[in-house]
Amino acid sequence: MSRRLELRQVSKRFGDIDVLAGITLHVEPGEFVSILGPSGAGKSTIFSLLTGGLDGYGGDVDFDGRPLADARRPFALMPQRDALMPWRTVIDNAALGLEVQGMSRKAARDEVASLFGEFGLAGFEHKYPAQLSGGMCQRAALLRTVVQHRAMLLLDEPFGALDALTRTGMQRWLQTMWDRHRWTVLLITHDVREAVFLSDRIYVLSRRPARVLREIAIPLSRPRKDLASPEASAIEADILDTLLDPQPAQRT
Amino acid sequence: MSQPFSATLRIAVLFGKVGPALLSVGTLVLAWELYARLSGISPTTLPAPSRVLAQAIQQRQALFDNTVPTISATLAGFACSLAVAFILSMLIDFFKPLRSALFPLFVISQTLPLVAIAPLIVLWFGFGLTPKIMLVALVTFFPMLVALVQGYASTDRDISALLHSMGASRMRIFRLARLPSSLPYFFAGLRISITYAVVGAIFAEYAGAAKGLGIYMLNAKNNFRSDLVLAAVLVSALLTLVLFAATALIQRAAMPWERLDAARKS
Repeated sequence: MSRRLELRQVSKRFGDIDVLAGITLHVEPGEFVSILGPSGAGKSTIFSLLTGGLDGYGGDVDFDGRPLADARRPFALMPQRDALMPWRTVIDNAALGLEVQGMSRKAARDEVASLFGEFGLAGFEHKYPAQLSGGMCQRAALLRTVVQHRAMLLLDEPFGALDALTRTGMQRWLQTMWDRHRWTVLLITHDVREAVFLSDRIYVLSRRPARVLREIAIPLSRPRKDLASPEASAIEADILDTLLDPQPAQRT
Repeated sequence: MSQPFSATLRIAVLFGKVGPALLSVGTLVLAWELYARLSGISPTTLPAPSRVLAQAIQQRQALFDNTVPTISATLAGFACSLAVAFILSMLIDFFKPLRSALFPLFVISQTLPLVAIAPLIVLWFGFGLTPKIMLVALVTFFPMLVALVQGYASTDRDISALLHSMGASRMRIFRLARLPSSLPYFFAGLRISITYAVVGAIFAEYAGAAKGLGIYMLNAKNNFRSDLVLAAVLVSALLTLVLFAATALIQRAAMPWERLDAARKS
């Protein structure tokens, strides 16, 4: 079986600033992979490249074994913060992707309505985003992302703006949802614990220009509940060492 | 039992909002009335508000006949201005160089003194509705254009990126994101422009018209009837207030989410 997504030596410059310096990574179908790196490392640039927001980059990107250019919009993006439209009700926000795909507003509403219960949003269909809590907004944004039925989800720091308690709740909820649906996910985060808790594999990125410092498989069994287990803590400490050591080359 | 209480409360809240305005206007009118009566100033120079009001009621038919053309000129001119501003704002949004090409021209148009330009426009286009519409459009067009262009630019970049990732065309992104994002700016511009519009229409009539509040004021002034001038001013002030309130009502209906956003931010 071919890999779902594969980046080989992908590089990107903005003017004379190197942002990505040869990124090589891959994602298998049904796999949850995280890109972990410091703020401003160019993590979101990778998503912009994938969703066609930027032209001109070096290296190759393959999707399902063929060049990305041949694939027809295989990604559903969940941007940083929720990016819900304040002028649309929750159900119309959730249906946005389907509408853009050409579905009528009514048909799109009917399709997303059935998912509101599972996403903990039942009864809030006709509220505006301003009437929802931060956690509910993120769930609505994820709902908007998954109903597009794309081959792969790109989640860009989805819980970065939430308070710590809500964030932990959302991470647990996302894990439950993923266990049920087994979406192929590429997650960007700078939260080490979040990456360890959710991922099958983690790519640790360096500061700009971004390179892959390490690729780490997370062997913890699912469903994961106990983040304080010795194994999880050891992985977390190891990753933090990698990220915080200014000269990784000197590591043995 | 909670019904009468909540009704009382609602009246109290309403008074809390309009009370200060009534108080300030009331104080000003009272001071004016006292000065006009006690200082011995001639009513031809400064009539008391009570006299202005009495004359306004006496002359209500003439005032009404002259208000209708002013309202038509204001609304027709404003509608033209809105239509042109909207079309141009869209063109500028899709083709940015147009902005640098046109904005200097529009800024210059805003520096034209109405005193000089109004008689010229009347000279060129006659005493009919056309010169009024043009003058109203001249004073309201640029504020509306700037409001719309700024409103489009205020679109959340995350929302644009999201729509782009969904494969939305530029036109689609404009309609789904940029246009709704501009609404708060649009209504802010609308509230300012609608007050300019009334002034613009009256100015055009002042420069020459068969009927209208502007020409009514001019005639009253030439007959040394400052009480009637002020009566016409009162009507134009009320007209402006009504139009202002109408824009606020339209905004509430068009943007039901706005008050929720405001409540969350406060």
